[in-house]
Amino acid sequence: MNIILPIKQVPDLVEELEINSAGTDLDREWLKMKLSEFDDHAMEEALLIKDDQGASVTAIALASDDIDKALFAAAAKGADKLVKVTGVEGSSTHESAKAMANVIKSMDYNIVMTGVQAVDDRDGQLAVLLAHYLGIPHISVVTGVQVSDGSVTVQKEYGGGIVAEFEAATPVVLGIQAARETPRYVPVAKVRRAMRGSTIEEVDAGDLDVGVGSTVSKMYKPESSGGAEMIDGSAEDQAGKIIEILTQKGIK
Amino acid sequence: MSNQILVVVEHLKGNIEDISFEMLGKGKEIANNIGGELVALLLGSGVEGMAGQLGIADKIIYVDDANLGEYNPEGYCKTVAAVVGDKQPKMVMIGNTSMGMDIAGGVSVDQNMPFIAYVSGVSADGSTVTSSLYGGKMDVDSSPSADGFIVSVIAGSFPADAGRSEGNPAVEKVAAPDLSGLSVQFKQLIEPEGGDVDITQQEVLISVGRGIQSDENLPMAEELATKLGGAISCSRPIVDSKWLAKTRQVGKSGLKVKPKLYLALGISGAPEHIEGMKDADLIIAVNTDPNAPIFDYAHYGIVQDLFDFIPALSDKL
Repeated sequence: MNIILPIKQVPDLVEELEINSAGTDLDREWLKMKLSEFDDHAMEEALLIKDDQGASVTAIALASDDIDKALFAAAAKGADKLVKVTGVEGSSTHESAKAMANVIKSMDYNIVMTGVQAVDDRDGQLAVLLAHYLGIPHISVVTGVQVSDGSVTVQKEYGGGIVAEFEAATPVVLGIQAARETPRYVPVAKVRRAMRGSTIEEVDAGDLDVGVGSTVSKMYKPESSGGAEMIDGSAEDQAGKIIEILTQKGIK
Repeated sequence: MSNQILVVVEHLKGNIEDISFEMLGKGKEIANNIGGELVALLLGSGVEGMAGQLGIADKIIYVDDANLGEYNPEGYCKTVAAVVGDKQPKMVMIGNTSMGMDIAGGVSVDQNMPFIAYVSGVSADGSTVTSSLYGGKMDVDSSPSADGFIVSVIAGSFPADAGRSEGNPAVEKVAAPDLSGLSVQFKQLIEPEGGDVDITQQEVLISVGRGIQSDENLPMAEELATKLGGAISCSRPIVDSKWLAKTRQVGKSGLKVKPKLYLALGISGAPEHIEGMKDADLIIAVNTDPNAPIFDYAHYGIVQDLFDFIPALSDKL
């Protein structure tokens, strides 16, 4: 069982986001990046399968600042191989997917698992695009994976808490919404050991022509749609005002 | 290239989902502005009866195939791609939903069409679309490089009522592409287990997000819920961390709620969450980040440390 795990870094939304001078993208100079949380879930699900029944997990990422650290962290958690795809910096999701597909095509694999979405994938979600460039089936919003010989059974979440179960022949691409378990934590010391003990294989992205796409004209903070009436003051004052409002509305 | 606006209709268990009506309403507006035609694409098996609910459309394309009786990611994707390839619509609207996320990107690659995701707005002539990104913290306007493009629309972006209209538009029956030997097979639908509390029936919801930091802090919020005669609910990360049951989750992959009071504690307000609670009668949001998108949807906002605010409020109840 070979699992390929595409991962990427995204801006940490806990930080204040600034817009660049052209007004078309984030100002990336001081941006703090972190592993996309859905990729973290995909990684956990892949590692759970490895723990349960044995599998080789290959973490693959497009080259970008700090990506080596993310790959080594994957190794520290249990990924067996690390691959970095070069020659694709700052590309759209379609180009990223094409690059990944170019590299994955020549690999021996059964399942590709990656995060169902990322906070910045305006150009589409990677999993489904990747599947179509690879020419294999795909299921997104997956919250559980059971692997058997030549096929997988997956749970796909709909709205309202309803879950649909599908069986798919492998190879297949899965967009993971949530792993069965909370993603494991890895101490920094273990990542440092992984840095010394693992190697990252570098592979060229190849042909990135994806035909059509789209162009950003403007990025801006959402205009407040009326927005909230802000209540200032100390926590005490604010709580007092809330009590007034609740009383007025007959809720308290 | 035609001047059609094509909306992919989503339905589950015999019900057309609200997102479809949202897109039909918006699609009609754009079609009118450009002198185009609104087309509803309905896929399934034995569901022609639904056509009567799609009266707003100028035309319905109906694909009836036994393989489409239950939603199937592979079968739906192939069929939508085939219809889109044949009709060459100017714009294809698909929900940014669990089903839509399987379809939109696939059709984009198969038909070499631009695809813009997380769409929350479309200009009057359909040429510029707005996407809500970075957890709702940034809006991005963009335009496709070619006519004949796909947008995936976030639920709750447009009024669903604008798209609800009975009527009898012309129905064009189209044969499905060859769907034999699909490698993805539907097995079963699993209904949610009844939780101890049905949060959709509560008048007061005290809802916690990432800002609550640890499950050890949940009792504080539970105490508030008890004092206000309500229940505790949450955003997705809390369920992913296994701090609360899935039955307590509000949002896209959880439940849609409409309580009299929704008190959001440490919830930033990603579009997926907003979708599930924006229609609450009274929304009060507490967050340490003054720029949290939740404040755009709340009636009252409080920038404060939760661990100062919750005890202060609790003491007064």
